[in-house]
Amino acid sequence: MSSETTYLDVFRQLDWDEVKQSIYAKTAADVRRALDKPVRDLEDFKALISPAAAPFLEEMAVMSNRLTQQRFGKAMNLYIPMYLSNECQNICTYCGFSLDVDIPRKTLSDAEIEAEARILLEKGYGHVLLVTGEANKTVGLDYFRNAIRLLKPYFSQLSMEVQPLDEAQYRILVEEGIYAVLVYQETYHERDYKLHHPKGKKSNFAYRLETPDRLGRAGVHKIGLGVLFGLEDWRTDTFFCASHLDYLEKKYWKTRYAMSFPRLRPCAGGVELKSVMSDRDLIQLICAYRIFNQEVELSMSTRESAIFRDHVIKLGITSISAESKTDPGGYSSPDVNLEQFEIDDDRSTTEFADVIRKAGYEPVFKDWDWALM
Amino acid sequence: MKIGDKMFSSRLFTGTGKFNSNELMEEALLASGSELITVALKRVQHTLEDDLLRRVQHPHQNLLPNTSGARTAKEAVFAAQLSREAFQTNWLKLEIHPDPKYLMPDPIETLKAAEELVKEGFIVLPYIHADPVLCKRLEEVGVAAVMPLGSAIGSNKGLQTRSFLQMIIDQSTVPVVVDAGIGAPSHAAEAMEMGADAVLVNTAIAVSGNPVAMAAAFKMAVEAGRMAYEARLAQPREQAAASSPLTGFLNEL
Repeated sequence: MSSETTYLDVFRQLDWDEVKQSIYAKTAADVRRALDKPVRDLEDFKALISPAAAPFLEEMAVMSNRLTQQRFGKAMNLYIPMYLSNECQNICTYCGFSLDVDIPRKTLSDAEIEAEARILLEKGYGHVLLVTGEANKTVGLDYFRNAIRLLKPYFSQLSMEVQPLDEAQYRILVEEGIYAVLVYQETYHERDYKLHHPKGKKSNFAYRLETPDRLGRAGVHKIGLGVLFGLEDWRTDTFFCASHLDYLEKKYWKTRYAMSFPRLRPCAGGVELKSVMSDRDLIQLICAYRIFNQEVELSMSTRESAIFRDHVIKLGITSISAESKTDPGGYSSPDVNLEQFEIDDDRSTTEFADVIRKAGYEPVFKDWDWALM
Repeated sequence: MKIGDKMFSSRLFTGTGKFNSNELMEEALLASGSELITVALKRVQHTLEDDLLRRVQHPHQNLLPNTSGARTAKEAVFAAQLSREAFQTNWLKLEIHPDPKYLMPDPIETLKAAEELVKEGFIVLPYIHADPVLCKRLEEVGVAAVMPLGSAIGSNKGLQTRSFLQMIIDQSTVPVVVDAGIGAPSHAAEAMEMGADAVLVNTAIAVSGNPVAMAAAFKMAVEAGRMAYEARLAQPREQAAASSPLTGFLNEL
């Protein structure tokens, strides 16, 4: 494979309808075989996310629990998002930051960033995820570099979930100290992607799809992937995401990978959901990922309810946030009008850490070190 | 057994990862009798007052900081220097596994880093694949021990590299510590019976149903395996050897 090959080349050989049909055609025998094999491939993954796997849920959960503990131990990593800005030039039909949503816009100043940092440090966090919309003129490379320099003294690990950037820009950010970059494709259904992203740089499907390749070439330590559940058939979308992961792991073999499971939450100006993913479906998916891939980190946010999160920590999740705010400045001067979406589980970090301990896991707030960058 | 300038009466080395609480870890490591305990630099604050570190500083315990997370020699050397300053020890478990999937150690970067760290005065214990030639090369640059793997980290699959471990044990002039993959006390005993100087066990204790009891079980297995090695094992035979059909005629001449 030449170095110029990207996931787009793999993607072009897959047909959405054929993939969908083959997932829905999987039988109980396919699921049984997938569960009994020592190593599973993408066809097995299809069986594990298919409707045919529903009766195997308890068995899958037991297996996922065991495989996760073997690899990650009885430990749960904690992280917290820090929203730096809600300015955005894109229209995304489902997002509270969308250009066409009438909310006040705010980008944090240096002083405001540090005010947030002090609060998160006080709560005990070492791992922080920086989040923005896409406003390249005000919140671009220079803004990020400055934010990283401000925040490095406070935390042991900085990750970001911002607009896709060029390879050269990623190289600079990795050099500055960014550990992980999360870029969700939202949906791998190309036509629907265009409907949901009619305006802005984000409307370029291929540029977004090739972002993990640019990150891999730039040498980032960890890449986060995901689809937004609710836009398209979750099983088919998920298969594409797993195929993306499979491709990336082989090509950028020094990189770690993480998967997130965002289900659409109510937000200002939100779209009607095309596909609803039930709690049972999401559990099946999390277990399927773990059985398919023992090394991928599986992450959970506060979008989900307290009761769901309390149980899912045993089923394959390895990293989880708590007490998140989705408005820029939300920890030091909260303003619900600035939010991206409403979170569901609003328990404090201390409360949630106790839940983790009671479930038999050690909450881990530091698992990285600047010495390793 | 002596490594570097230290004498060890326990041949069971342990780690601090994957336990469901620091309290339980402390209790299990005490039950193991282990005198050398590895800690990932990335997991702790850079002070001996860190909650995890405070629990592994009993009088008989020695700290073995490791560079887990480093992908290159350069990163590992930097982490080692920081670790020496923060934890006041020049002991180091050198871990460079750029491949996050199977955590296989990089032999080239490991050799490079080992050479540099030995020059800087570290007691270096490198985690490596069970590669006999690499072990000799590491000896030549002055490492204090070698730590070849039995199988992948955390896999609990036992001594998959058995015949290569035997070669390493047979020709090594520094202590051989079998690290990674030991999933059951029987695996530890097997390594000790083969003549390994020590084993390092972490996941199998931490993730077990009862880490304190499992730590004690490993302690006994390591002692039993070593005692058996020193007592010289009887060798298994394919068949009973009663007569000498090919050379018996010599008695009749």
